Parts: sequence; structure tokens; C-alpha cells
Amino acid sequence: MNITVCIKQVPDTSEVRINPETNTLIRDGVPSIINPYDLHALEAALSIKDATGANVSVLTMGPPQADSALKEAVAMGADDAYLLTDRAFAGSDTWATANTLATAIRKIGFDLILCGKQAIDGDTAQVGPGIAEFLSIPHIAYVSKIDTITEECVRVHRLMDDGYDVVESSTPLLMTIVKELNSPRLPSLKGKIRAKKAEIKKISNSDIEIKENDTGLPGSPTQVKNIFAPESKKDRKTIEGPPPDQVSQLVDILRSLKCI
Amino acid sequence: MDYFLDEEQQMIVDLAQQIAVEKILPVRAELDEKEEFPTEVIKAMAQADMFGLFVPEEYGGLGKGSFELCLAIEELSKKCLGISTSYAANALGTFPILLFGTKEQKETYLPDIAAGKRLVAFGLTEANAGSDAAGVQTTAVKDGDGYILNGTKQWITNGGEAEIYTIIAMTDRSRGPRGASAFIVEKGADGFTFGKKEKKMGIRASTTCELVFNDCRVTKESLISKEGMGFIVAMKTLDQARVGVGAQGVGVAQGAFEEALEFSRNRVQFGKSIINFQAIQHMLSDMAIQIEAARSLVYSVARFVDSGAKDITRPSAIAKTFATDIGMKVTTDAVQIMGGSGYMREYPVEKMMRDAKILQIYEGTNQIQRNVIGQSLIRPSVKGK
Amino acid sequence: MNIRVDKDVCTGCETCVTSCPYDSIIMEDGFAFINEYCQLCRACLSICPEGAIKEEGSGAGTSSESVDLDRYRGVLIFAEQRKGTLSHVSMELLGAGRRLANKLNTTLHAALLGADNNEAEELVRWGADKVFLCNDSLVRDFNDEPYTDLLSRIIDSNKPEIVLAGATAIGRSFLPRVAVRLRAGLTADCTSLEIEEGTRNLMQVRPAFGGNIMATIVCPDRRPQMATVRPRVMKKGEYDKNRKGEIVDIPLQAKTFKTSVIENIGDVSECGPGLQEAEIIVAGGRGMGGPKGYAMLKELSEAINGTVGASRAAVDEGWIPYSQQVGQTGKTVCPKIYIACGISGAVQHLVGMQSSDMIIAINKNPDAPIFNISNYGIVGDIHEIVPLLIRRIEEERSRK
Repeated sequence: MNITVCIKQVPDTSEVRINPETNTLIRDGVPSIINPYDLHALEAALSIKDATGANVSVLTMGPPQADSALKEAVAMGADDAYLLTDRAFAGSDTWATANTLATAIRKIGFDLILCGKQAIDGDTAQVGPGIAEFLSIPHIAYVSKIDTITEECVRVHRLMDDGYDVVESSTPLLMTIVKELNSPRLPSLKGKIRAKKAEIKKISNSDIEIKENDTGLPGSPTQVKNIFAPESKKDRKTIEGPPPDQVSQLVDILRSLKCI
Repeated sequence: MDYFLDEEQQMIVDLAQQIAVEKILPVRAELDEKEEFPTEVIKAMAQADMFGLFVPEEYGGLGKGSFELCLAIEELSKKCLGISTSYAANALGTFPILLFGTKEQKETYLPDIAAGKRLVAFGLTEANAGSDAAGVQTTAVKDGDGYILNGTKQWITNGGEAEIYTIIAMTDRSRGPRGASAFIVEKGADGFTFGKKEKKMGIRASTTCELVFNDCRVTKESLISKEGMGFIVAMKTLDQARVGVGAQGVGVAQGAFEEALEFSRNRVQFGKSIINFQAIQHMLSDMAIQIEAARSLVYSVARFVDSGAKDITRPSAIAKTFATDIGMKVTTDAVQIMGGSGYMREYPVEKMMRDAKILQIYEGTNQIQRNVIGQSLIRPSVKGK
Repeated sequence: MNIRVDKDVCTGCETCVTSCPYDSIIMEDGFAFINEYCQLCRACLSICPEGAIKEEGSGAGTSSESVDLDRYRGVLIFAEQRKGTLSHVSMELLGAGRRLANKLNTTLHAALLGADNNEAEELVRWGADKVFLCNDSLVRDFNDEPYTDLLSRIIDSNKPEIVLAGATAIGRSFLPRVAVRLRAGLTADCTSLEIEEGTRNLMQVRPAFGGNIMATIVCPDRRPQMATVRPRVMKKGEYDKNRKGEIVDIPLQAKTFKTSVIENIGDVSECGPGLQEAEIIVAGGRGMGGPKGYAMLKELSEAINGTVGASRAAVDEGWIPYSQQVGQTGKTVCPKIYIACGISGAVQHLVGMQSSDMIIAINKNPDAPIFNISNYGIVGDIHEIVPLLIRRIEEERSRK
């Protein structure tokens, strides 16, 4: 089985801070990491590989320095790594990104495509299902458990807002993975040594020939108009005084909210 | 300080650190509290190839040496000495096979050991044979095509969890130390059971238990090296492993130092962080000096061991003694700097201090190490270097 | 398009260098320079104090097959149901949709799949002018394939200018397929929707970078403009039991699918009432200090009929089960009252609870970020405040 895992290199948003004076993002020293959900997708692929001997490819679209994310994936056990990078892809929204990735995946070949449920920088969760639509294959989003998986079909649990569904599907198939599915492995020493020498296969637009208007900024229906800092609560009040007084005021508030 | 690690050595440090931070840190307090063996952490370490570090490449390992093993042990020890003890004891149990095993024995055991599929323990100590290794009372009596083992080993790290045991037993008691032999015994062998599990002051994530041999039959292929070589096997094994105990001392000291440093930067008394008081600064400075000295010594000795030097007894005793005494001192001082907080289980330094004590005791007490060093100084041919 | 630094204006202050998520702005000869790593994310545009960073060339909309925007009119919402019952978010979408439709002076339609006429009529009472209903039992369970087909067909034949769905497991799963199929722009997880003056463009506001920044997204050149909307953010529509509307039956065409739902299994989390339905949440963080802190919070939440929540720190420590985690890697909640006890307020936590109606924070550290989003802040030790509070509430109770 050929499994393609789509990963994204993202800034570690837990370390991104906002400069309160300028309302700008402070990214000084913020490390780039593999999107945490993608690690669960990679782990799922590697577990299948451990069990049945699949070939696991990792694919990322991004700037040239994203190859470090691919090397990390190789250190964890991925067999092949592809970096989809071209100025023509820059500025892609989820539609254009899904189109670009889908075009590349069609070229690489696949039986199963795995993605993290969403990326922590954009949080859209749109690229995975979008790729499936471009490839005209089914997808299952938010997979939290894999019951069975064979060359022909899968049976999985899909997380819903009110519990979960047990879903069956034929392959080829795309699944997006939630963290409940597994616990990602660490890289191994042999993997790290292998990754150091591993060849990252670069794919540019001359390899996949997407029309100018179907990728990058021109291919993106949506645009970012502006960004701004989230508002803080304007009516913020501080309850002062020694603890018994603070509690008295708090009780008054809770009473006015009718929860006492 | 930069110790000029090469790229692969740096990878080992990074990976061991990742294991320590992601896998060990979240569970260490609970494992200590419940005196529970770190099965999940061991699994993660196995998957990361940590157990193959010092196993030759032909047997599925990475073929690294004592120095790389020390780097890994140091990183693990920063977060939990109990877990690093399980890891180091696995190496200790493997050395007899690695140093003296036949090709067949190596082919049988080393690939599984390198993959972390089977954990190893070393069985020398008994009730009446600790520092005095010649007092071993477990016997191995030749019987047809094999040997029959009888006796009880005590305080065996990884006992019960390990699948493979390297055991020192007397094949000819009349010859004293020259009558000892080393054997490989597998868990599950008839007549091989586990006695009581010890309750310890520290390193409580590691298991320590009795091994009981009651007419336990092993094949002649289980004999490591030759009959009568047991004492040599044991001493060479301990020589090889000792510097790793030193690395544990460096690691636990560094871990405690970092906690104390962080605490003294944040703890405010008399209107300022306590790190601004010279009394605290001097304590921290002493810790930093001692740790760096111990680390330099341990690294030098480990590299000396890897150079293939013949007699490593004295340098390894020196490294073990100094670095573990520093481990005890620095962890004690870390508790002192953190005061009441340091004494509470809410902070990790009290555990580090409890854990550190074993380093001065196991694999030869620091008094015995000084004896060894002392003995080596008596002979006039030795120039004291 | 290109983003470029105007050297004549750049003062070399380096403000922009750290603003780039891709490290593509470097200093060269004392001026900022944007290298080939630029992903055109535009994060730097508003940052330069001198206005030296500029966009060049045209952006989107150079698309050869340009769309006649005026052929698209009306607002369509996707009304979600589970087991035949309308989800909460459906009524919220009708509320938001009605507001937008009124501004655009147009109609509000709803698409409802897998429910029956009663539910369709209910949607009318909540404000829909027309409901497209597919009552085939094959689409009662959520299935991406027929849902994508049906909604795409409804959109294609009715050409609404705006399509809204809930940012729920369902909406976020199949809307991306619909958007791809129709080549429409889709914006995820919006928290605010407005109409741009003069253009009929939908301005969609959503959090990015884990809620650290908000972004306004527009889709100027394509229709429909599609968005998923975060549940419990928009106000429900107005219910009028006499309202009349049209119900249009939409037949299911294909009857076999590559995927099928075998069974639904309800939430089996151990902590009783779901966190996301709770009206009052008492949440604890690292400041709780241990499992005892959890017991204390439980007592408080029981005293005020709430549910216990937690920050990731408290869950990682093992004090509170994962099912109760609020935040980026846990659940998004929007209760009437959220009491944060000993939670410092990492952005990952804030994004999961900041739309709560009323936030009360208790924390030792007066500079804790949680206070920035709180309605009421108490600087104090929760181990002192909370037991006192529990006692006072009990006294209050017994007085009655």
C-alpha cells in the first residue's frame, strides 16, 4: 500500500506572542515545528507500515526551509519525502493549496492519504477534504480510531460533536486524523542518521504544470483583507480588597447572574 | 561549555533530551510515588534505538562507545535517575556478552537487546557478597550437558522486568574467586523465580529484586567465556560500566542545578530575587564549578575507555567517585537553596537528592572505589598518574 | 503579485523582520529586504511604521473565467440536523443569515438534508423564506458524498451570493468539498460576518495563529462566498410561529456511496453533562496545585450547577481528565459564565473560551493574560478564595 501523508511546517503557536504596543506578532525565536496533528497522521501511517509493510511518503508544500520538517518525518520512519515549492504557489488559500497538493499527489501515486485534522496556524481544516474532492475520492474527517484497514476498505471511528460515528469506506481514500488516534513516536537514532543523508525530492510547478490561475494567489478565491489583534474585554473590572471582601463582591455578581 | 561533539553525538544528546522532556518529565513524579517500572518510557526508548547505542552495527546496533552511552545516560539522568538506572543496568547486564560472549551468544541475544525487545540485568550481588565479590554463594554444578544453578541473588536492578540475566555463580568454590563463572539465564527458565521486590529510598522507578535459583538448569552454551572466568568477567564489566555511573552523577547534578537556578531567579525575598544574594550566588557558583569539573572528567575517561586502553580500572573509579560525590553534594545544595519548597514533593529536587544517594553506593561504594585507587597507588611502579 | 520594500521610505528600523511568519524579511545594506521565502501572507503590510512595505501588481481576480457576480443573489444556510433534530447552530445561522439578507435586501434560504417536513417548517419559523429539503432516509446520517452532491446542486441551481454552515464536525468536513467543486472561496470558523459598504462583499473575521491574531477574509471575485461559522457565537434568529415559507423537495439522485455510516455512538465522557452544553463552567489550571484543587473546583461547580473544565496544564498534570480540557487542543466552549481558577491564560486556552458571555478570573499573578479577557478579575490565591466562596454560597443557600 502507498500512503501519502501531508504535513505542514508551522510556527509553534504556543510560543507566538503579541506585542501589546504595536499589535504585531512577535516571532523572535519561535521555533518551526511539524503541525502537531500531522504527527498523528504520520504515526497512523507508520503504524500501518509496521503492521503491513506499506510505503510511506510525506509531502509538504511550503518555502524551501520546510525541508527540515520532511527530514524529521524521515527520522520518524517515512520512506520518501517530497517538497512542493515554487514561487507560483505562494499566497495560496485553502482552495489553491488543495489543488496544488492534489495535483502533486496524483503524480506521486497513492492508495491512502492521511492529513492532520487541521494546521495550528490557520486552523481551517479545509485542505484535507479539499484534496479528496480534487482527486474525486472519498474522505473521512476527524478519524479517532482505526478498526480495520485493508487494501480495499477501511472501518474507522469518526469524531462528531455529539459522540462518534463508525464509518466504512472503500479505498482509495483520504482521512484526517485527530490526536485521540495515537501517540506519535519519537524519531529514532537510525532514522535521524538516515534523514541526514535522505534526499528530499523537490517538486516545482514545472513538474506538475498547474495553470497560473489555479494556484498561488491568482488561484485563490479568498484573500486576507487585514489582520488585527483580538479585542480584550473593554468592561473589565478588578475586584479589590482582602479575600473576604473580594468573595462578597463575587457572591453579589453570581447572584445578579442568577447562579446562586 | 562546548565539548566538540560530532554530528551524530549531538543527535544522541538531542534525542535523549527529547525522550527526557517529552516522555520522562510528565511521569517521573508518579512513577516515583507509585514505585512503578517505566514500561512506556522503556518502549519509547527502544523505538528511538537507544538500546542499540553501544551494540555493534553487525548485531543491529549503532556501534557507539562508552562516551556516547555516557551522553545518553547524562541526559536521561537530568530528569529521572530511576529511569536512567534501568537503562544503565541494561548496559551493565549486556557487557558480559559484548566483552566475552561467543559469536553464537552475540547472534542470539544482541539483536534483541539492541532493538530494546529484551531487557537485560546483571546478577552478581548476594546477601554475603557485595563489595566482596569473592563471597558469592550461588553455585553452578556441572551436570551432564549443562549446569544446575542454586542460590539467591539480591538487589538486582531490572530483576523481574528483564528477559535476559547475566549471572555470576561458583563452579568451583575451592578455588575462591578463580572458581566463579558467568552464565546467561533467560526469564522463564525452570527453577528461576523472583523473590521480593525491594522498597527503596530513591530511584523508585527502577525495580530491584531477588533472583532465586532452585535447581535451575542451563545448557553449556549459556556459559560466558570459560569456567573460572566469572570474576574477571564481572570486574571487566564493572570497569566498563563505572564511568556511566559517573555520567548519572553529572546528569542528576545538572538537573538539580537547573531547578535551583530557576527557583532562585523567581523566588523573591526581602524585595529581590534570592539569586541576587551573594550567599546563594556562591552556592550556585560552586555547583556550576563542580558539575563542569565532573563532566569534563567523565567525558575524558569515557573517551579513554573508547580508545581501547587496557587498564581502565583506576580512571573509571576516579570518574565514578568524583562525579557521584558531586551528584550527592549538588542535589543536597539544591534542596538547601530552595528551602522549604525544595523539601516538598511538589518540587523535584527532594527526589533528586534521594535518588543521588544510590550513586555513591552501587556498582562499588565510593569507599571501595577509593580502595581500588589506593591499591593501585601502592605499587612503586605506578607514578601516580 | 509581489510584496516589496520601498527603499526610499524604509528607515531600517527592523520592525518588520520579526513579523514575518516565514522568516523571509532580512536586513540588507541597512534596508529590509523580502526574499524568495515570502508566501504573500501579508502579515507585514500593516506593520511598517513608515508604510514602506507595499503590494505590487494585481492580486486574485486575474482569473480568466471571471464570474458575473450579479447573477448571484440571496443568502443560503446549511441547516444541520442530528438524528432528525435540528442542531443549535442552524438557528444561529438563520439569525446571522437574516441579518445579512436584510442588509443586502435579499432572501434567506435554508438547505436541510435528512430531516422531515416538521423540521423544515421549524426553519421557516426561525426565519427562512424557503427551505430546500431532502428527506431521504439515506442522508439522515451524515455522509460527505451525498451531502456534497446535494448542497452543490442546490447552490448551483439557485446561485446564492452567500452560503453559511456551522463550523461543526459536519460543516467543516463537507463544505470544503462543496467549495472545491464550485470553485468558491470558503472561510473557516468565522466569528463575525459583515457586509462591506458598497460592494456586497462579505467580510469574514476569523482567528488565526491559535487566536493570536484575527484576520478579515474577503472573496471579491467569486461567488458564492462561503463560510463556516463558529457555533454559539451568532445570535439565534427570531422565532415566529406564524411565519410561512416555501418548502422545496430535493430528491437524492445517486443511492449508493463509497462511504457508509454503520452506527452512531453517543458521547461517553465520564463527566456527565457535556462541557460544550454547560451554561456555567468552573475551570482550573496549573494554579490548582494538584488533584485536591480539582476536588475543590468540583465542589464549587456543584454549588452553582456548573461543569468542571480545565486548562491543558491541569490535564497534562493528570489532575483533570482530558474530556474536560478547554482550548485549542481541547474543546471550544461558550457558556454564560466561565470561572477561571488558577489559569494564567495561554492563548491556546483563551481561544477555547473567550467567547463566553461572562468571564471571571481568579489568579495570583496580577499580570496573568487571563485578566485581559475577563469581565471580572480577582487577584488572589484560589486556595483562599474558592473555599471561602463555597462557604458563602452554602450560607446563602441555607438562608433560603
